Amino acid sequence: MDNGVNSNTELVSIQNLSFSRGDRKIFNDISLTIQRGKITAIMGPSGTGKTTLLKLIGGQLYPDRGKIFVDGQNVHQLKRSDLYTLRKRMGMLFQSGALLTDLNIYDNIALPLREHTALSEPMIRTLVLMKLHAVGLRGARTLMPNELSGGMARRVALARAIVLDPMMIMYDEPFTGQDPISLGTLVKLIKAFNNALGLTSIIVSHDVKETASIADYIYFLSDGKIIGKGTPEQIKNLQSEWVQQFMKGDADGPVHFHYPASDYHKDLLNI
Amino acid sequence: MAPFISTTLLAIIIKIYLIFKIIDSMIHFFQSLGNITLSSFAKLGRSSVFLIQTLTGILSVIPRPALLFKQLYSIGVLSFLIITISGLFVGMVLGLQGFNILSDFGAEEALGVMVAASLVRELGPVVSALLFAGRAGSALTAEIGLMKATEQLSGMEMMAIDPIKRIIAPRFLAGVIAMPLLAALFSSIGVLGGHMVGVSMLGVDDGAYWSQMQANLDFQDDIINGIIKSIVFGFVVSWIALFEGYDAMPTSEGVSRATTRTVVNSAFAILGLDFILTALMFGDI
Amino acid sequence: MQNTKTQDILVGLFVAFGIAALFFMAMQISNLNPLSKENVYTITARFENSGGLKIKSPVSLAGVRIGRVANISIDTSSFESIVEMHIESQYQLPDDTSASIFTAGLLGEQYVSLEPGGSEEFLEPNGVIDITQSAIVLEEVIGQFLFKETAKD
Repeated sequence: MDNGVNSNTELVSIQNLSFSRGDRKIFNDISLTIQRGKITAIMGPSGTGKTTLLKLIGGQLYPDRGKIFVDGQNVHQLKRSDLYTLRKRMGMLFQSGALLTDLNIYDNIALPLREHTALSEPMIRTLVLMKLHAVGLRGARTLMPNELSGGMARRVALARAIVLDPMMIMYDEPFTGQDPISLGTLVKLIKAFNNALGLTSIIVSHDVKETASIADYIYFLSDGKIIGKGTPEQIKNLQSEWVQQFMKGDADGPVHFHYPASDYHKDLLNI
Repeated sequence: MAPFISTTLLAIIIKIYLIFKIIDSMIHFFQSLGNITLSSFAKLGRSSVFLIQTLTGILSVIPRPALLFKQLYSIGVLSFLIITISGLFVGMVLGLQGFNILSDFGAEEALGVMVAASLVRELGPVVSALLFAGRAGSALTAEIGLMKATEQLSGMEMMAIDPIKRIIAPRFLAGVIAMPLLAALFSSIGVLGGHMVGVSMLGVDDGAYWSQMQANLDFQDDIINGIIKSIVFGFVVSWIALFEGYDAMPTSEGVSRATTRTVVNSAFAILGLDFILTALMFGDI
Repeated sequence: MQNTKTQDILVGLFVAFGIAALFFMAMQISNLNPLSKENVYTITARFENSGGLKIKSPVSLAGVRIGRVANISIDTSSFESIVEMHIESQYQLPDDTSASIFTAGLLGEQYVSLEPGGSEEFLEPNGVIDITQSAIVLEEVIGQFLFKETAKD
């Protein structure tokens, strides 16, 4: 391949990506690769554009500069129909679940099958129930999305993301705002799906403990740059003060507790 | 002399300062005018692209009538009550007012014509479109805006399902179909309401009510033109409502603003277009 | 699925009511005669003065509406008003039919009233009515009346 991508081992390759929103640079010339069959985590504080990165990979946003290859294809040069074909092989789990509020659980999961395949209704039923069973919500199929707890909604969304048997799943903050039990369930499911279905997983998260427990490889993003990468073991021994502050959750460090402001005393005295 | 010089000097300085201030505020004014112009052009462009995508998306709705039926329910059936009740009252008021005016000229027999002509030509299409914008249009904007805010639209895109085809186009088509039906219901029930007041309560002759109406209203000129108006209004209101939702800032404040904009812009569009259409259809302009 | 069924029924009812309303408007409000366009023939009458007659004003025979005024123009040489009328083809008129312009009530609209003669021949399509009586212009009548009254004194 002339694009420098080894598509046997790399599923996603991001090369010299730059993206800005208005005057703000979200990404400044970053490059990273996602290995096939592995769980790769992209970590960083809130507001570093981690979700934006997933949308760039999915071709929903266009970069200012740089290229993104998914399975050897340059996402942003694909025709619309080819992009849609590619997207059928990518699952994405949104933070909110993004379930369609006017359909019940069963119909939500059946939606991609009904839209993209010519399967018969009995066949669709079998597939939907299998996926629902896998996330433990077979009994909840007639509920509407607004009747679900956040954790359940995310599990339904997970079932929907795998219903077309994709090659990769992108998880957008899967652990945020979950109680310990649903957290444990999600961690277990992500790990199990990755291994059992031969998926490639990309997790975008700022939850250190859970992410580190299942990730094979971690990238750290801050201020539009990659400031650290490695396996969870390597990360622990990384010299970067920033990464250590992030991993330990210290209040002050290279990332200051205070938003940039003028001198405190002067400000109080209103000079 | 010294204080005199200094006061004139001061006056000159103040004048220069004021001139700069005025120039500055003029620059500011032109800047914001330019900004508004540019952003409204950008919005016009986005909404045109949106409309074209929606219209092509309608092709993929036709083989799946179930999607359309669902929207006809939430757009048409749920607007049924407000339209029919408003139509009844508007017709009754027309009957009452018309009777009072016409009886001064001894022309009560013309009550049917007056009620029917005002309903079929103007009030039916316009009032039902305004009600439609308030009832169904605002609901559409809020629904689409919330779908955007809760990532449902980009979720669909990531599932390789085009939200324009799956979500927008059926709603648009349902709006364009429902609007003329609602306007026809409004006018018909209004005519019956006028009959109720004029004939049953005020004693206008039943035969005169209908025959004058039939003799003076023309199918082509009055009925068809009224229907064309309501189709145009349905098209425009659905377009505005869906676009405002689709273009809304994905926050609760953004959605609520978009909903307000839908009602306001729809009202402007309906009344402005009504004048243009009336001038084209009935006027000699 | 019960839910979908009631929804479909309600949508069906809504559409049925809407179409019924459209029919109501066509038939009851505007009295649409679907074949009226094809089923007419044209006759012409010349009036000295067609008064307040307008396009679409009714044309009646013995008090029954049998057609409408289709066009009003002026003959530039004789300065007469030429009134074209569409008459429903089921009504055949004798060729010595006369036409007058009357007013329905004191302030009502003006219409053409046809008075059939005794001829055996019928008016052909595009035929011309020769015997006409112009519209009575209220101001003229009042003027004549006042003139007579003052002349008496």
